[in-house]
Parts: sequence; structure tokens; C-alpha cells
Amino acid sequence: MEIVGRSITRVDAVAKVKGTAKYVDDHFVPGMLHAKAFRSTIANGWVKSIDVSKAKALPGVVAVITYEDVPAHTFPTAGHPYSKDPSHQDVADRNLLTRRVRYVGDEIAAVIAVDELTAEKARQLIDVEYEEYAPVLTAEAALQPGIPEIHGGTGNVLGRGGYEVGNMAEAVAESDHTFADEFSTQVVAHCAMENYSAYAYMEENGRIVVVSSTQIPHICRRIVGQALGIPWGRVRVIKPYIGGGFGGKQDTVVEPLVAFLTTKVHGRPVKMELSREETFISSRVRHPFQFRIETGVKNDGTLSFRNLEAISLNGGYASHGQSIANNCGTKFRQQYRQKAIKYSCKTLYTNMPAAGAMRGYGVPQAMFVMESHLDDIARALDLDPVEIRLKNIPETGHKDPLNGIVALSNGLKECLVKGKELIRWDEKKSNRANQAGTKRRGLGVACFNYASGTHPVGLEVAGARIVMNEDGSVQLQVGATEIGQGSDTVFSQMVAETIGIPLSMVHILSEQDTDISPVDLGSYASRQTYITGMAVRKAAEEIKAKVLDYAWGMTDIPAQVMDIVDGWIVYKHNGEKITPLSEIALDAHTDVVHAKPFTADVTNNARVNALAFGCTFVEVEVDIPTGKVEILEIYNIHDSGTIVNPTLAEGQVHGGVSMGLGYALYEQMLFDPKTGKPLIHNLLDYKLMTALDTPEIGAHFVNTFEPTGPYGAKALGEPPAITPAPAIRNAILDATGVKFNDLPMTPQRLIAKFQAEGLI
Amino acid sequence: MYDIARYEEARTVDEAVALLAANPNARIIAGGTDVLIRIREGHQPSAELVGIRHIEELSKIELLSDGTLSIGAAATFSRVSKHSLITHLVPALGEAVETVGGPQIRRVATIGGNVCNGATSADSASTLFAFDAVLQIQGPEGVRLVPIREFYRGPGKVHLSQTEVLTAILISPENYNGFGGHYIKYAMRKAMDIATLGCSVNCKVGAGNIVEKARLAFGVAAPTPIRCPGAEALVEGKPFNAALADEFGKAAAAEINPRTSWRASREFRLHLAEELSKQALVQAFIKAGGKVQ
Amino acid sequence: MTSTISGRTQKITCTINGEAVTMDVDIRESLLDVLRNRLYLTGAKKGCGVGECGACTVLIDGEAYDSCLFLAVWADGKHIRTIEGEAKEGQLSRVQEAFVESGAVQCGYCIPGFVLSVTALKEQNCHCDRESLKKELSGHMCRCTGYQNIIKAAEKVLTEEK
Ligand code: FES
Ligand code: FES
Repeated sequence: MEIVGRSITRVDAVAKVKGTAKYVDDHFVPGMLHAKAFRSTIANGWVKSIDVSKAKALPGVVAVITYEDVPAHTFPTAGHPYSKDPSHQDVADRNLLTRRVRYVGDEIAAVIAVDELTAEKARQLIDVEYEEYAPVLTAEAALQPGIPEIHGGTGNVLGRGGYEVGNMAEAVAESDHTFADEFSTQVVAHCAMENYSAYAYMEENGRIVVVSSTQIPHICRRIVGQALGIPWGRVRVIKPYIGGGFGGKQDTVVEPLVAFLTTKVHGRPVKMELSREETFISSRVRHPFQFRIETGVKNDGTLSFRNLEAISLNGGYASHGQSIANNCGTKFRQQYRQKAIKYSCKTLYTNMPAAGAMRGYGVPQAMFVMESHLDDIARALDLDPVEIRLKNIPETGHKDPLNGIVALSNGLKECLVKGKELIRWDEKKSNRANQAGTKRRGLGVACFNYASGTHPVGLEVAGARIVMNEDGSVQLQVGATEIGQGSDTVFSQMVAETIGIPLSMVHILSEQDTDISPVDLGSYASRQTYITGMAVRKAAEEIKAKVLDYAWGMTDIPAQVMDIVDGWIVYKHNGEKITPLSEIALDAHTDVVHAKPFTADVTNNARVNALAFGCTFVEVEVDIPTGKVEILEIYNIHDSGTIVNPTLAEGQVHGGVSMGLGYALYEQMLFDPKTGKPLIHNLLDYKLMTALDTPEIGAHFVNTFEPTGPYGAKALGEPPAITPAPAIRNAILDATGVKFNDLPMTPQRLIAKFQAEGLI
Repeated sequence: MYDIARYEEARTVDEAVALLAANPNARIIAGGTDVLIRIREGHQPSAELVGIRHIEELSKIELLSDGTLSIGAAATFSRVSKHSLITHLVPALGEAVETVGGPQIRRVATIGGNVCNGATSADSASTLFAFDAVLQIQGPEGVRLVPIREFYRGPGKVHLSQTEVLTAILISPENYNGFGGHYIKYAMRKAMDIATLGCSVNCKVGAGNIVEKARLAFGVAAPTPIRCPGAEALVEGKPFNAALADEFGKAAAAEINPRTSWRASREFRLHLAEELSKQALVQAFIKAGGKVQ
Repeated sequence: MTSTISGRTQKITCTINGEAVTMDVDIRESLLDVLRNRLYLTGAKKGCGVGECGACTVLIDGEAYDSCLFLAVWADGKHIRTIEGEAKEGQLSRVQEAFVESGAVQCGYCIPGFVLSVTALKEQNCHCDRESLKKELSGHMCRCTGYQNIIKAAEKVLTEEK
């Protein structure tokens, strides 16, 4: 392979360093109006009355819309493909504006004004009277009988799930030891540097155009249609450059409302840009989980059974809801072999911001509990943490009993071996018994598995279109969105490789427009390289076949003996040049008899999946008196099949690991237990790490080839964020002998436990 | 866009005082890093502002004839931390203000603003407490001097009337000559953060390696920055050793009364106060020329 | 933006990317507002509006400032540089090139700010070690890159000869 596998400079790098890449807010439409949502200041209750007269009277205010003005029907918001099967559809529990208030920040009304400041001032002039209920912020509170339900008829249970595989009774009987423990994870936010923003206007024919920072343009179009109760084809969604998504924009946060608002002002353009504070309190967050885990082990460390109970708190609206807890359970199951395994979970409504998709989709939570607990077991049995993992990881070819996914490639063992080497595990372990002193060092490891897309749970349709120009260069269009991860570059590489042209001859359209772009579900589930890559490769193969076929007609040399290399038609057997590709392309565009420009428009419905694997190795130094944890070394080692672009892949690992470090040590959203008010809603209080807080991150890959993936590739985008937290937790345990089962591991928590366990 | 109804730029302190006196709604804006945020949060609707950032005398850092160090209130943090008078005479202050926010913020935020906004977490404040700084304030009635310890009234509240301008922060020679100082900002991040606890120790070494003078000040240990005279007295005149530093820490913790907030619990802050004051004393003592084993 | 509710204005004179500009600015506007909404210099981004993310960084008299917290009226008499002025005659600046070469760019939202801060450091001949470099860049948040390749790009450009 010539181009796939090389660190090609990303195709959008120049536009981004020059500042010419245009994001939603960089587009100006004459006469644009600005909308601000009037948000509830209570977490749970009803609006008894609302008075918008003062807001309406403010000069510059064009309209004030309240819950009284919106359609009565509810709609879902999650970025999942639509299913005709009602039981598989996302929960439709939102109105565009609401009278029933379900979290602090819930949208009750919206002000449209000529500028943002006027909209903001008008918003402050709205008066409401509430009937207030006690906020529901915990699982216990949500399940209390007799309290007002957050969504009627649910008992505050949004979903349940689980499975049981194997003979549990036998596995329990066979276990030499049983371990049980409890763990919890916190609410964190995506913190894409670009906040949520969208604007909408109506075309003369009445269609609604929404320009949005979305990971999922085609799904977004459908959801806007559902929300407004109009045919989906009457909506057009355009996605310019995106300033980061991380799953937060695999959802429809502002689009339905802004699309509705433009209809209320006769199609004038209306923009709604969330402030950073609004993004924190009123978009999406990661689900906090509570776990109870029980594991049976034999003396030699072989797992005999595993049993996990999970409660996931979803906030006021369903968003991705139960899917996250389900995915948590799937990856929990796929991680190790055992005789029997059981998982049960429920997802509850609470009066907190809606939790949705976020990098890792329930798996950072799953691996935190699994991998932490496994280290405790290793410690109790005096086994090396790496050994116990090696003993229990599934072998290549393992078929999951429930979803049928076969691990055709599995480099987890190689990852573990490589990680051990990188961090000098054995050497450091043996040098470091019984540390005293105030600064103590420890090593930690944690493993993960992940999938490449959502099959068989979700549909995996992807589209690619290629049009060849007269000079042999091509335009590539995909429906999957570039959100910073580098997919546009990877697709361009695949096309150049497949057709046999230099990368400079591939022009990718980075903007998605549902009127123009091929149908694709979007960017999520680490699916782009693997799933959309399949469509891209197919389209490129189709173009190549058409070119060679046409060349056959022109040259009388059979297509089978020809190839395209570096923009030339050549003999396959010796590479001898026959004619430049440009000759063929020009002819195909211009020949008065045979002209038939080369195009390919491919949709691929991928009914396969591939597991990606990997692990984190970390060395920490814990300062006991101050509770600070310093990362001395950290390595993430990944099996993602063929690495299409090593520099971009490393970049994914750096960013993912840093997100994982934040999850481990720094980041959390807190809510006032009495009122449900978010206490943390800006970048001062939300501790996103700065450059000074971020250690050097080692990104490594092992070589595997995934037979089902394009060029052997499989998922990478989300996995790096999964295991830093458990690895750090295990390293702190190694350093101090103290177990931290709750995230994040903040200094205050460390100090409290060090005091309780007599280290201070 | 900020909800600002009126903006006037003062070129001299007299002019600033006159503009403030002429309009009871007028408020000072210097670097803007606090004021603009307050306006954005809607706390100062239709704000009427008097800008003082262009008043040259307010950003001067100079040595007065009696040796007093005078720091113009509108000197930015980056100016303060780089100025040679600061790095020579009161390096601890320069180090303390280097912990504020990030580089961009330090280029606009001013030391006077940091004091006047009355926050207990202000990174300059505890160090200025440890230096027994005196604030020079000008109003329609003339100039008055206030020791910084008497300036704070409560969280976000200071003794500064609407018509007054803090013009300079004064540190007299007896409060910096021979002192070594150390500030520890304990925060969750190494930059762009607010202190969980700020701890500043200045000390002087006497013959026989004794702690001749010790000054200990905290931010976030109380509703305003505070000094710990008890802990100071406990160690003054005593030969330095590790046990003394431990006692100092314990005494400091016993002297403060921090609150539990969502940012940190009282217990955590008490633990930090003990630990940080001990560490800061050791560092300050070394900087003052003392010997620690 | 003719339809906005206008506030009081003040005349300012400054240079923007080397060109002299005289304009009436609304006293309510930040420099970021003016650059983006009036001059369509949209390379400076708004990530927070309160000085916590650095996405809006521009150079004022050669030093990096958060333009969201800088009133437009204060720009009077200043030399302002935005990312749009950094590539000259179609040629990327050395700092921009280094960012491209080092794989420092992902979503790109934070990048103009970083490029400008590094540019200021380069012009001041800063030979800082990695820790001080990180400190100099600590006023910029990036969610995508873990800063690693951004630091790499900065180190590359700061250590090479002019
Ligand atoms: S937008 Fe200015 S610092 Fe974030
Ligand atoms: S590249 Fe996306 S925020 Fe930095």
C-alpha cells in the first residue's frame, strides 16, 4: 500500500491554521435574528404561569415563543438511525418548549430579537411562577414510590436491560474465591471547544434549512422533521466545519428549536448559539453510573463467573438513554472469557441535564469497574495484574454468544506485551516494594475492547460518491462528517490508494448538505474509517473498474491486465506505462460517441463488525500530604487493525488519553443536592486540563489486519479515552495500597481516604 | 456584546475621581477581567464605566524616597511579575501573581483590581497581607492610606467608596528588607484556576538560624484573606527545625475557620492549611537565607 | 449589522493586520465582536466569552490577548493582528507550517489562538524549555489534541534558526 498507512498531512490543516475554515458562527446571513432560550431556574416542577409581556415590549424583540405555541407531540433527539420497529425507536419524550420542567436549564420559552444582547435582555424580562417539586438527583430518589414522575407512566425508569449467559450455578460452585465490590462514576461534559450553535431559515418554497454543528446531518434532518411534524424531505441540514463533537453533537440539541423558530418569523434566519454556560447545563453529558460487581475466580486467576449490576442516571430526557447502559454491558461481556456471565441494568430519569452519547458510549464506565475490580482480585490472589489479564482475554476467533461478532483480529495480547516493555513493568515492579515516604510511585494497567460501528444493534448505512474530472482527478463526497478526527483525510487516502492516483488528485467536500451529500448516518461509534471506509473503497473500486473498462475500449488492451498507478494506466505484470489516466478521463468526458464521465454513487449496508482492543499502562507518583497525583509515564497501546494514517491516529490517542486523564482525576459536574442547580458550568470550575497539566502521552499500535475492514482497518476514535481512568486507579492502588472506587479521584477524596486509612 | 450604557476614559486619577463623583452609577473598570464577566452575567445591567487603564501613573512601579515600594494599582500581573523592583525586592509577590489565570489574563488583569474585587481567593491578596501592604486611595477628599488588613469587609466587599480610586499598593522597607517569601497556590490545575487555598509565608532569619520574624497569610481560609498571628508568634524567636515547621502548620490550622463549599470541604482545607503553611515556611526560610536540614 | 439596537459609539484608530483602520465602535462591543461581526475576521473564535479558553486570542502590540475580554474602545492606537494576517502572499507563516507538519491540528477551533501565541513567542525569541513553553500556552484550552502535537510544533519552530 502506497498511500494508506502513511502520515499524509490532513486535508483541512491549511484552512484551519489560516483561520479560513468556516464553522457555523463564521457564516453571516443578512438580517439574521438571534434567539435565546428562557430556561428554568428550578430542577423539577411546572410553570404555573408565564408573563412575556415585558420581554415582548423591549425594542428589538421580534417574537417571544412559549410552550403554549409549540406542537403537542413529543420527539426523540438521539442520533440513532430510524427504525420502523416501534420497540427499537428512541424514546420520544421532548417538546420543543416545555411547561413541565425537568432540570435546571430546561427550555420554557424562546426570545427572538435583532441581536444577541437584546435577546438576552428580553429573556431576563420574562416572569414565571413555578410549582416546584423536590429535585430527583439520585437513583434512590428516582425510585421512591409516590413521588411525581419526571415522565408520566415511567416510574422514572427509562429502560432496563441485561443478559445471562452460561451456567451460573455451576460457575459459582467452581469458584475458589468470590469478590464483590461497588464503584461509581461521575457526570462529565464533552467540552468541545465550539459550543452548540445552529441557524435556520426557510427557502422560498417553504423548505427549512438548518445550518448546524452536527455530527449527524441526515439523522438531524429526520429529527427536525419529526419535531416539527412535517415531511422529512422538507428539511435540509448543512454541516460546515465542526469544532469538536465527542458524541455531544450526535444528538439534536438546538436544531429542532431553531428550525421551529424560523417558521414563527416567516422564514427569516434565526440563530441560536449556546453560551459555554448553556452548553454545560443544557446540552448533553456523560451518564454517571453506579455499579455492583461480583466475580468468581479460581486459585490460578481464571475467571469463572462475572456478575455486574448497573444503574445509569439519564437526567431529565431520554436522549441516547438505555443504549448506553446496554453498550456498557456488551463490552463488559466481551472483555474476558468465563463460564458464566450476568448483567442487569436500568436507566433512570433524574432532574439533571440529559445524558447522551460521549466518546466511549458507556464503556469508560464499564472498564472502570471491570478493570479496577480485576486489579483488586489480582492483588488479593497475589497475581501480577498483567498475568491475570493475559490468562483471561478471549482468543482470536472468539465469537460472542449473543451478538455473534467474531474477533477475527485480536492484538490485545501483543498490546499488553508491548505496554509492559514500554513502561519497564517487571523492572519497576521488582524494585519497588514497601514504599514509605510522602511520595510513592505505582504502576497500573487496564484493558478494553470496543466495536467498529453498531452492528448488529444499529443499522450501518454509509454513502460515498465519486466523480472523476477531465484530468483524472476526482471529487469525493461522503455523508459522514469530519469533526476533527481526520476522517476526510483517511477517506481521501483510501480513494487515492484504490484508484491509483496521487492524493493531490482527490478533492473531498468537507461540508455535508443533506440535499447533496450521500446518505450516511454520521460520525459516531468510531465507525467512519471502518464503515464509511467500506463505502468509499467500493465507490473507488467502481470508478477504477469503469476507467479500465473504458481504457480497454480505447486501447484494445483487456482491462484485467491493466492497472492504475500514480495517475497512469499501466500493465499490471510489469508496471509499464500505457497512457496517462487524464487521457482516458478526457476522452470519457468528450468523445462524441462514447462519452460517459466516470461516476460512482455507492451505499453500503455493513452487516459486520470488528472488535478493536488495547490497553493503558501508567506510572504515577502520589504525593500523600497534598493528595496530588503526577503522571510520570503513560502509554496507550492499540489494536485498531491497519493504521491508515499514523500521525492522525496518534492524535486521536493523545486527545482520547487526555480526556481519560480528565475523567480519572479532574473533571466532574456537581449539582446542589437541595436544588439540583449545576454548581459547575464554566471552564473555570470544570477542570479541563491545560497544557501544564497534561503529561507526555505515548501512543502505540500493534500490527493486525482486520479482514472485514477496508484495508484491514478497524475502530480507533473512541477507544483511547476508555482505560486511562482504571489504569490510574490501579496505579494509585499500587503506590499507596488504597482503593479508590469512585471517579474522579480528586485530591480531596484522596486525602480523606488517606486519613481514614492512616497514611496521614 | 456587553450591556454597557456609558463608557468614559479617564486620563488622570483626578479626572477618574471627578467622573465617579459626577455620576453615582459610574463604576471603575481597569483590566476588565472581573468587571466584564460580572456585566456578562447580568449583575451590572446598563453598566456605566470609567476606564482607568490609560492613566499612566497608575501602572508605575517605583521606589519612593523612603524606600517604600509603590505598585500602581493598574499595573497588570505580567508587568508586576517581570518588573525588576519586584523580582529584586519582593520576588514572592511576583511569583504569586504569576499563578493567576493564564498568560493572556495576566496581561490585562491588574493587581489593584484583584484587591478591590474583595475575593478571598485573589492570588495577590494573601501575599500582600504577608507584606503588610498599605493601600493608597484617592477620593474627592484627598488621599488616604489603609493597611490591607483593614480593607476587607467581607466576601466581595471592601472599604472603597464609589467615588474612590485605589491608586497604589505600598510595601514599606521594614516589611520586605531581609524577608524571604513563598506563596503556594493549591488548585486543581496548574494554570487557569482558582485557589482551593492560597498560603503565603514571609520570614526573616536571625542569628543562630532562628525564625526572627514570620508572617503567614491565607486566601480562602476565611471569607476574606487573613493573617495568622498566633502561628507567627509561636515560631518567632525560635531556632528553625522540622518540628517547628510542624507546629507552625498545626497552629495555622487551629487559627483558621474555613467553610465547606462544593469546591472543597472544611476538613480538606484544614488539612491543606496545615500542610501548606509548613511547606511554605520551609521554603520561605530557605529563601531568607536560613538553613534547613 | 444594521438592524441591531445601537449603543453609543466611539471612534477608534488602529491597525489590523498592518492596515490602518478608523471606525466607530459601539462601546458595548468586545474586540472579538468587532473583528468577527463587523470585519468578518472570523479566525478568532468564541469558546467561552470570559477569558477561560483562549480561542479568541489575537495579538495586540505583539502580545497575546483574549479579545473577548478586551473592549473594542481599548483597541484605539493599537496594532492588532489576527490569524488572517499571518499567511503572506499565499505562503503560510513558519509557525503555521510547523502546526501543519506536526499534526497539531484536529478540529481546528483552538488553533488560530495557539498559532498566534506561538508566533508572539517566536518573535520575542523565546527559547523556553518545555515547562515554560507549556506555561506560556496554558491560557489556551484544546479538547482534541492533548496539546502534545501543538507543543511539538511550538518547540520545533522555537528552536530552529530564523
Ligand atoms: S472566548 Fe475568549 S477566552 Fe474563551
Ligand atoms: S484541535 Fe479541537 S480544540 Fe484544539
